[in-house]
Amino acid sequence: MTDPQRPLPKTHELDTKAFWAATKNEELTYQQCDDCDTVIFYPRRHCTNCLGNSLTVHTASGRGTIYTYSVVRQSYHPFFRPRVPYAVAWIDLDEGPRLLSEIVDVEDPGSLEIGQRVKVSWEAHDELAVPLFTPE
Amino acid sequence: MAGQSRDAAIVGIHEFASRDVEGALSPLQIKAESAAAALADAGLRWGDVDALYDAGDGGGMSGLTISEYFGLKPNIIDTTNVGGSSYELHAAHAKQAIAAGKARVALLTYGSTAHSNARAIGVGGRGGGVHPADNMDSFAGMTLVANYAMVAHRHMHEYGTTSEQLAEISVATRLHAMRNPEAVKAMEDLEFLDIRETTIDDVVNSRMIADPLHLLECCMISDGGGAVVIAAPEVARDCRNKPVWILGCGEATKYSEIGGDITTSAAAQSAPVAFAEAGVTPAELDIAMIYDSFSITVLTILEDVGFCSKGEGGAWVAGGRLRFDRPDDGPALNTDGGGLSSNHPGMRGIFLLIEATRQLRGESCSQVAGAKLAIAHGNGGMLGSRHCAGSVILGGD
Repeated sequence: MTDPQRPLPKTHELDTKAFWAATKNEELTYQQCDDCDTVIFYPRRHCTNCLGNSLTVHTASGRGTIYTYSVVRQSYHPFFRPRVPYAVAWIDLDEGPRLLSEIVDVEDPGSLEIGQRVKVSWEAHDELAVPLFTPE
Repeated sequence: MAGQSRDAAIVGIHEFASRDVEGALSPLQIKAESAAAALADAGLRWGDVDALYDAGDGGGMSGLTISEYFGLKPNIIDTTNVGGSSYELHAAHAKQAIAAGKARVALLTYGSTAHSNARAIGVGGRGGGVHPADNMDSFAGMTLVANYAMVAHRHMHEYGTTSEQLAEISVATRLHAMRNPEAVKAMEDLEFLDIRETTIDDVVNSRMIADPLHLLECCMISDGGGAVVIAAPEVARDCRNKPVWILGCGEATKYSEIGGDITTSAAAQSAPVAFAEAGVTPAELDIAMIYDSFSITVLTILEDVGFCSKGEGGAWVAGGRLRFDRPDDGPALNTDGGGLSSNHPGMRGIFLLIEATRQLRGESCSQVAGAKLAIAHGNGGMLGSRHCAGSVILGGD
């Protein structure tokens, strides 16, 4: 029997497929509207501010701060169950986007702090990599 | 309260008693039994119903299939599904349809066998959906409890809110549950350990599920269901019970945004609309039926509804203020025992309308003497990522 796997995004989902394709090269991307400069995240085909649909893809530095987090101590998911306790967090990237991820490579996830600096730590899979984060 | 619209009223209610049907009943059967009982409570019949509301939880095309199942041919069909807040939106839409003269008797039903199905609502991993938002989140290992816990953590960080303050919500709710025989039976059937009133210490010393939320700050996972009948004034006059008027409604969504404030919920948008329509203020309310998936859900919504300012909720709830027997201190919270200690089959918004109606009829197990005004505030989806709010202000006859 194979070990339980991390749930992975669907690479065929039309709004997010380019984002996930870029992760294969360890690029953490976000969009910005050419007309009004609004940063858009999660990825979409339209600007959520103006009526424009001309969006430029940028690559983020992969650095950011923890906006908030929780230490998961109980999970019934076959992949995550043996990982408890682990930290999930909303992370504010320096370029603006707020994304949900797991904070890895911390001995005591309860010792993390809101406002703490983190950087991306890629976990490679066959078709993509997932952007996990670790303290800077 | 001049100018208050009294164009639609709750005239029939029923809360399905069992929280554990042991797999012997389907959600549809629970809906039908609850609907019949609520219609009987109103003194109405199946054939009186001309507007049907369903959260679509029974599968595709539920507006069609539930009409056939009930044997109804409604003129208004609404399958709005916004999770646990669906029923507050249904009540709002029923009021609009009735006020517009498009319907006279609206039926809302809910049925769920979440407990029998052993659904891991709270701590199961999230599936990898194909909605783009889900497709960005599913890898991270966030449980539903952790989603709400992240709101609590940020609330503590920004405002100094403590676990002891959050525990006040669990303690008041359990006190009310112990006075409600159906809630006590629910806790027995779901094999709660040590079924009794709780203290702040009990809550903060219970097992941590996702920091900073403890076990006793999380709702139960039960079976259950219920029904609500809403009618036009000319129908309500002849019903068996005093009408409970729907005075004002508001609805809103909230989701993660760049630079967004996770400690403020969609209630901050929906509640002012409802209060303005009702022509009342938060300070006038006797009853606060607030969706209590978790302690933090309530704390956030109490602030956003306007009982106190943002960030002051922790201090505001302290000292047992939310109990039913402290009417001079503001509204009583979740007097049926709430989702924390009475009934949470997944989408408990309908029970907020039901218990608010009991209070305004004078029929609650934890009755607030002379209760005249209530809010039923539903929160559906996930507080810490994307959710929907439905605020309904109710008034006694």
